[in-house]
Amino acid sequence: MRYSALNILKEGLTGNKGWQPAWREPEPKKNYDIIIVGGGGHGLATAYYLAKEHGLSNIAVLEKGWLGGGNIGRNTTIVRSNYLLPGNQPFYELSMKLWENLEQDFNYNAMVSQRGILNLCHSDPQRDAFARRGNGMLMSGADAELLDQDGVRAMCPFLDFDNARFPIKGGLLQKRGGTVRHDAVAWGYARGADERGVDIIQNCEVTGFDINNGVCTGVQTSRGNIKANKVAVCVAGSSSRVMAQAGMRLPIESHVLQAFVTEGLKPTIPGVITFGAGHFYVSQSDKGGLVFGGDIDGYNTYAQRGNLPVVEDVCEGGMAIMPMIGRARLLRTWGGLMDMSMDGSPFIDKTHVDGLFFNGGWCYGGFKATPASGWCYAHLLATGNPHETATQMRLDRFERGHMTDEKGQGAQPNLH
Amino acid sequence: MKKVKVLNQICIELHHMIINHPLLGPRDAAEFVYLGDASLINRPDASGDNAAQTFYQYLYLRDNPAGEHKELWYHEQGDRSWLVVTRNTLTHEISNVEMARDVARAAGGST
Repeated sequence: MRYSALNILKEGLTGNKGWQPAWREPEPKKNYDIIIVGGGGHGLATAYYLAKEHGLSNIAVLEKGWLGGGNIGRNTTIVRSNYLLPGNQPFYELSMKLWENLEQDFNYNAMVSQRGILNLCHSDPQRDAFARRGNGMLMSGADAELLDQDGVRAMCPFLDFDNARFPIKGGLLQKRGGTVRHDAVAWGYARGADERGVDIIQNCEVTGFDINNGVCTGVQTSRGNIKANKVAVCVAGSSSRVMAQAGMRLPIESHVLQAFVTEGLKPTIPGVITFGAGHFYVSQSDKGGLVFGGDIDGYNTYAQRGNLPVVEDVCEGGMAIMPMIGRARLLRTWGGLMDMSMDGSPFIDKTHVDGLFFNGGWCYGGFKATPASGWCYAHLLATGNPHETATQMRLDRFERGHMTDEKGQGAQPNLH
Repeated sequence: MKKVKVLNQICIELHHMIINHPLLGPRDAAEFVYLGDASLINRPDASGDNAAQTFYQYLYLRDNPAGEHKELWYHEQGDRSWLVVTRNTLTHEISNVEMARDVARAAGGST
């Protein structure tokens, strides 16, 4: 399906009866070269890059529900590459470069908006830490600017600079960061993969893996058994449940992250703003709603809904830096499942089972990673080797003592 | 009146977890700090031959089940006791609360 202004005009005048589905609804074949388990953002991106960059097309994406119905459909749409550690930052900068060219690449309007992300700092030591982080970002080829209080004031005069407890001293600005229309990312990748021959099979739940003598040869599904040379799991939020079917225990706990949208307001917040003394981040959607979130609830759950104490905590964070949002009325809230890993960093790796691959552990930062996750997972599946920016995203890093712990919290998933 | 009652029930079921402390009675989960899977009570033998491997599994790997889950909660804003709470991770329903020291003793621990 292609779209153009002429198309829209024509269809608008003729009752919108001529639109075609953006992708096929194929029946599963008996075997594939590669099966991707999970039709979310990362799975679809993986299929797209396998087809486009590696010339493979005998691929199926199996999705239990509907395409893009997981975390790609329920996030706060922020993209950024402002990490610190060498095991992470080059990967996220690769992702940012892919975001910058994404719409041209898959010819789909994903509303990539580089409106900037500003991390506020509230003390002198925090400013020093931000200077260090900014230097780490620059070394990876990303952009970073350290702003003093006047610099922040010029951008966001509405902030509570002289808050008694958490005065705003400055901020770290990444102008290339911003927001992306999350659903369109899934749809663009799906259409691009589909037109290159990838079968996207929805309503097809994987119920088991065929593993013989340490080799994975296919999957059992709600729509029959399907053989494959390689099976690539990509189901963040449910990773432990799916990999348990292959007999694996993961360094992951499932937690819920809540997010919030207010009623539509006139343009008021210029980019993405984050609170440095608590956990709160906010941006304004093109429809005018303030989109914000904060901490995970902090206990194991698969319930996709959270509790009120965290709602209160998030709102207190917001009120501490921009009291004006206290007048905004909340329109809706939701919760999504996070693969919280033991060091706060993800996995893109082979497993100890030949032919079985794993991608997960994205904590609550999976959306921004979507293009690079697909790119690097496709690279691993096609070449057998990790991509150069994902060499530390290994499953055995805890056993070897090589954690990638951005926050230095240790093996306590609800603190990352 | 009936409507209010129903709404209250929904609020409690959807948005509040109440932990029935064996000593203090029902307490809001917000008074507690969550640690994780109660298997963390069962510390491996540090002098065992494969201690590095068993400690790796103990410290980093989790069952992470969808359903009933035994987990450690610390009553930080209360009597500072550790509890083992049996909670359903699909519904947040709490079916059992025990003192962690009782669980540890029953398992042969020294504390």
